Amino acid sequence: MRDLLAARSQMGVSLAFHIIFAVVGIGMPALMVIAEHRWRRTGDAGYLELAKRWSKGTAILFAVGAVSGTVLSFELGLLWPDFMRVAGPIVGMPFSLEGFAFFTEAIFLGIYLYGWDRISPRAHVLAGVVVAASGAVSGIFVVIANAWMNTPRGFTLVDGKFTNIDPLAAMMTPAAFPQTLHMTLAAYAATGFAVAGIHAVMLLRDPRNAFHRRALTIALLIGAPAALIQPLSGDIEARYVAQQQPAKLAAMEGHFHTMRGAPLSVGGFASEDEQRTKYAIEIPHGLSLLAFHELDAEVKGLDAFPRDEWPPVAIVHLAFDTMVGLGSLMALVSAVVLFMFWRKRDIIKERWVMIAVVLCAPMGFLCIEAGWVVTEVGRQPWVIYGILRTADAVTPMPGLIVPFLTFTALYCFLGVIVALLLYQHVLRSPREDETLPRQARAA
Amino acid sequence: MTITAALLIAGIMMVALNAYVLLAGADFGGGVWDFLARGPRRKEQRDLISHALAPIWEANHVWLILVIVMLFTCFPTAFSTIAIMLHIPLTLMLLGIVLRGSAFIFRSYGSDQDAPQQRWGRVFAIASIVTPVLLGMCVGAVATGAVGGTTLTASGSFADHFVKPWLTLFGVGVGLLALALFSFLAAVYLTVEAHGTELQEEFRQRALWAAGAVFVIAFGVLAVSWSEAPMVREMLMTGPWALPFQIVTGFAAIAAIAALWTHHYRLARIAAAAQVSFILWGWAAAQYPYVLPPSLTIGAAAAPERTLVLVLWALALGACVLFPSLYYLFRVFKMRRES
Ligand code: HDD
Ligand code: HEM
Ligand code: HEM
Repeated sequence: MRDLLAARSQMGVSLAFHIIFAVVGIGMPALMVIAEHRWRRTGDAGYLELAKRWSKGTAILFAVGAVSGTVLSFELGLLWPDFMRVAGPIVGMPFSLEGFAFFTEAIFLGIYLYGWDRISPRAHVLAGVVVAASGAVSGIFVVIANAWMNTPRGFTLVDGKFTNIDPLAAMMTPAAFPQTLHMTLAAYAATGFAVAGIHAVMLLRDPRNAFHRRALTIALLIGAPAALIQPLSGDIEARYVAQQQPAKLAAMEGHFHTMRGAPLSVGGFASEDEQRTKYAIEIPHGLSLLAFHELDAEVKGLDAFPRDEWPPVAIVHLAFDTMVGLGSLMALVSAVVLFMFWRKRDIIKERWVMIAVVLCAPMGFLCIEAGWVVTEVGRQPWVIYGILRTADAVTPMPGLIVPFLTFTALYCFLGVIVALLLYQHVLRSPREDETLPRQARAA
Repeated sequence: MTITAALLIAGIMMVALNAYVLLAGADFGGGVWDFLARGPRRKEQRDLISHALAPIWEANHVWLILVIVMLFTCFPTAFSTIAIMLHIPLTLMLLGIVLRGSAFIFRSYGSDQDAPQQRWGRVFAIASIVTPVLLGMCVGAVATGAVGGTTLTASGSFADHFVKPWLTLFGVGVGLLALALFSFLAAVYLTVEAHGTELQEEFRQRALWAAGAVFVIAFGVLAVSWSEAPMVREMLMTGPWALPFQIVTGFAAIAAIAALWTHHYRLARIAAAAQVSFILWGWAAAQYPYVLPPSLTIGAAAAPERTLVLVLWALALGACVLFPSLYYLFRVFKMRRES
């Protein structure tokens, strides 16, 4: 059991680490291409500086994302060999396609970063567009694989054997659309607000700085629309969960007893022992309404499932409330920001809006981590929902605590270094000789 | 030998592995020469190496991911057995990959001061040396049949199951061979990159030394295989492919050395790449028809036909995107000096 726990923790830590860089790999290329495009259109050198700085940040984060992703593709086997033995042929398809998306992304990022003076302006912008698009496509493919774990399709199970395997059906599962939509929006919302927040800090100190003003505008134009519609796409997700994974929904909502017209519990602590969610605000009929869009729909509670099929309820409920709470705040701030853009009001002059943007900076990433805890922990005890238990998939290799602690330490260390480097490159005010990485400068 | 979908995919995996070895292998070798940078021009040597690596190393390493993905999709039993038995060396290799990639980027984008620069350079160089040795050890363990032949029993100890299959003299030999081959490739490529500078001669000498090391280690591995890996030796010496492979490999090796000797660097690059590829394919042929000797064949390990066919389509589709992009990348960064 200790090994199982270590394996799960290692998987969780590796993914929680990777997702940060993966998300940046989706969002940042979009920002940097927009900045470059503006520079090519307007000739305003401030945009060029912005594109170069952002691309430097992207280069650092992308490299860490690439190596941590490599770790993950091995870890799937190192930790869960029996899962992969079963799942490989069924769900390997999106991973294979993803491989080509990685190639495209890595190739064109190389061209973008080091090709400023080697290819034509148009080819350079186009290379950036390809990076941005293939980043999004990579994310979509891997989330399709994850969606299969939540709603396994594309095979027939006969006496424990998987027959009639259809990898295409395995890609088109009920969870695939809601999850990929929600995840892709999440990437833009989180990156957009994180970048906007950083530049907003600088603007609060130095409101006339044109460099940070341009950065703020571009970042908000990417982040705010995504964050505004995120609750809608979250609603689509919640409804698929209600249909396909009722035990997960019950855990998310801290909902213990099957009933019609179920109330929504906001906040509070879901106690498995007492079988109720304490200290929560209850909104009558709220859950039935949200999950099924009907006031009196029946919502299954955890009591409808055997005790050994419950996910850890308290964690899932807390993570879900964290995501929804922070996500609603971000949507609210986005609405205000977009309204002000529309009315052509200068948000830099509105101190409280700027402070709100700063506060939102970490929220997108917190939502993403919390959302994945909901998805992954909420799926427990299954690794393939309803088909294969996590405990049956773990490797027979003993002593897994050692790699778990090693990778955790390594990732903490890398996290600190990356933060320091980003501080140097993105936050510090521009210096003339710094616009290119060392090799390119030598060239 | 009838061509089945499984065999075709196994062949494509070997092609991808070959690309990994020729491209990313040379990146590792670059790290070795970074570590061994000597003389008055050591700074120039290091700059040349990182200049050559920077735009392409991330794309190069995706080849390994492609191999892994194809392995678990198309030969899932082989993948899960390898992942169980080689847990330790694979984990160490991953640590190497993470440290190498991060150190490289931290060095390129880090502060301009010398001290942190050197520290990251060190990490990069050491990880570049350790990782290929571990990769070679994993290949060695597969080739001897230790991975496919060990079964987990209640009475076996931890060492019997998880250490002894890969920690053998033969395994270490294959690891060192991989290191020597990668260093050789890198030095040869760098002679082309260093066109028209004094560095060219320095890397030429290094390439010749590395060729010597490859020669010595290769014979060492063969000698060790006598007692430790009889199956491999058997197939390398007497299998139907044995003689032709030895001839072409030997020919490529001599051509590479001769070309270096006579300063034909472009030719040396082709010959060196051919030599390394022949060694790799020699291993594949020696192991045929097994994915995991001694008993798991390609046919037996293969995923259902429908998966294989779809993966072939995906590969065909992917290739249409990949090859033009790769061509573009290398044209932008690598063919400039030649025009
Ligand atoms: C910026 C990030 C972000 C924001 C603002 C939100 N989410 Fe989210 N959510 C994610 C980022 C995220 C995620 C990390 O991307 C997840 C994890 C798996 C997935 O597909 O998306 C996720 C999962 C996820 C799930 C679980 C689906 C499953 O188990 O497969 C539900 C039900 C919701 N979300 C619902 C919401 C609602 C109702 C929100 C209202 C504000 C919301 N999310 C905001
Ligand atoms: C990137 C965002 C993700 C994060 C932060 C994340 C987080 C986690 C966590 C916390 C666990 C441990 C759950 C527990 O044991 O209670 C876990 C397990 C796991 N995840 Fe995810 N996950 C992510 C995405 C994915 C994706 C995209 C896949 C596969 C395609 C995946 C595959 C797995 C597997 C195989 C396990 C182990 C089995 C299990 O616990 O169900 N995860 N992940
Ligand atoms: C089990 C889960 C996962 C595995 C096995 C995995 C694997 C990988 C690998 C091997 C790479 C490196 C590619 C390269 O060298 O360029 C990578 C990068 C990437 N991954 Fe993941 N990944 C997982 C989860 C995710 C998730 C959940 C996302 C979500 C959106 C994601 C998005 C990306 C993106 C965009 C990249 C591009 C490189 C970057 O920006 O860092 N991955 N991943």
